[in-house]
Amino acid sequence: MKWVNALIMLLFIALMLYATSGLPGHADPQAPANVHVSPTYIEDSVEDTHTPNIVTAVLADYRGYDTLGETVVIFTAGLACVLILMRRKAGDKGTLSEHHRSGHM
Amino acid sequence: MAEMFLARYVYLMVIVLLAIGLWGMLGKRNLLKKLIGMNIFQTAIFLFFIEGATKLGGSVPVISPELGMEAARYVNPLPHVLILTGIVVSISLTGVALAFLIVIYRKYKTLDDRAIMLKMKEETSE
Amino acid sequence: MIKERYQSIIVQVICSLLIPFIQLFALYVIFHGHYGPGGGFQGGVLLAVSIILQRLYLGTEVSYRKFPPKLAPALGAIGMLVFGLAGVIPMLFGGAFLDYGNLPIPWVHGAELRALGILIVEIGIGMAVFGTLVLIFDSLIGEGW
Repeated sequence: MKWVNALIMLLFIALMLYATSGLPGHADPQAPANVHVSPTYIEDSVEDTHTPNIVTAVLADYRGYDTLGETVVIFTAGLACVLILMRRKAGDKGTLSEHHRSGHM
Repeated sequence: MAEMFLARYVYLMVIVLLAIGLWGMLGKRNLLKKLIGMNIFQTAIFLFFIEGATKLGGSVPVISPELGMEAARYVNPLPHVLILTGIVVSISLTGVALAFLIVIYRKYKTLDDRAIMLKMKEETSE
Repeated sequence: MIKERYQSIIVQVICSLLIPFIQLFALYVIFHGHYGPGGGFQGGVLLAVSIILQRLYLGTEVSYRKFPPKLAPALGAIGMLVFGLAGVIPMLFGGAFLDYGNLPIPWVHGAELRALGILIVEIGIGMAVFGTLVLIFDSLIGEGW
């Protein structure tokens, strides 16, 4: 088992090092990620939204739908946390795990 | 070859963090340590995105009158937005995972993955 | 688990002094998000941290009376509702979903209205994150739920 793990790690590191050679250099202003969409956001955000902080403008206005989904995700996670850990109140006093062990479910 | 990697030293640090996280997920037997490994892996991905956002001579992405409106004067704001939401998702993911770990510990009284597998096999054979 | 008050006078005094300033800074972070680093997510996390610190040093018995655990999911749901309404109300007034330019606020127009919409949405996000993180903490320490 140890050997398999070590092999996977070696393959992973080799793949990552190989992929590094195709990435743009450190802080390259002409990198593809920096020239395609983001100049539009930087140049238009003050005119469109009167918000100097571009991150806020993109987060809440240009990509508001994305942020709505994000907020739904974390709220659902909080509710799921409560539902997983909630102890049973009505009927039996035991926790969910004791219920499992006694073989009713 | 060496020069190319030296010019991309941030990626090397990211790879080290990714490897630590992957080893935490693969090699450790305690489920809590696997979770910590996953968190380190996520942090490495965040660092990778933030590194991709930097520009030489770029300032923080808050428009100021002294710097003007030129796109080259500010770093790329898009990865910052994605990572801001990504961090919050990582927090909620950690919360749900911890809740599952508590439930697993209540049921099996251990967090060791092989011991849990053995107990599960005993349960099914009974 | 942490029912009792933390038995150290230094910790108690420092925490009780610190918590109002954390909350004030959190409000600053939310409302100053337009002009500097900050926004709903960060401010919401700071608010949640202040409540979690209170839970840790006061113990749950006293802290649950100051901030009841049932209040956290309600706050989260209200935050989601604010965000959702900020998305739906512009649709009723002829805009697209989440198009803040069509919010029915008569004395603000154009880009200023969009900035106001961003502020409303950030407040919603802040409340949702605040409620959710306190909810996760309360359910993990396993008292009250």
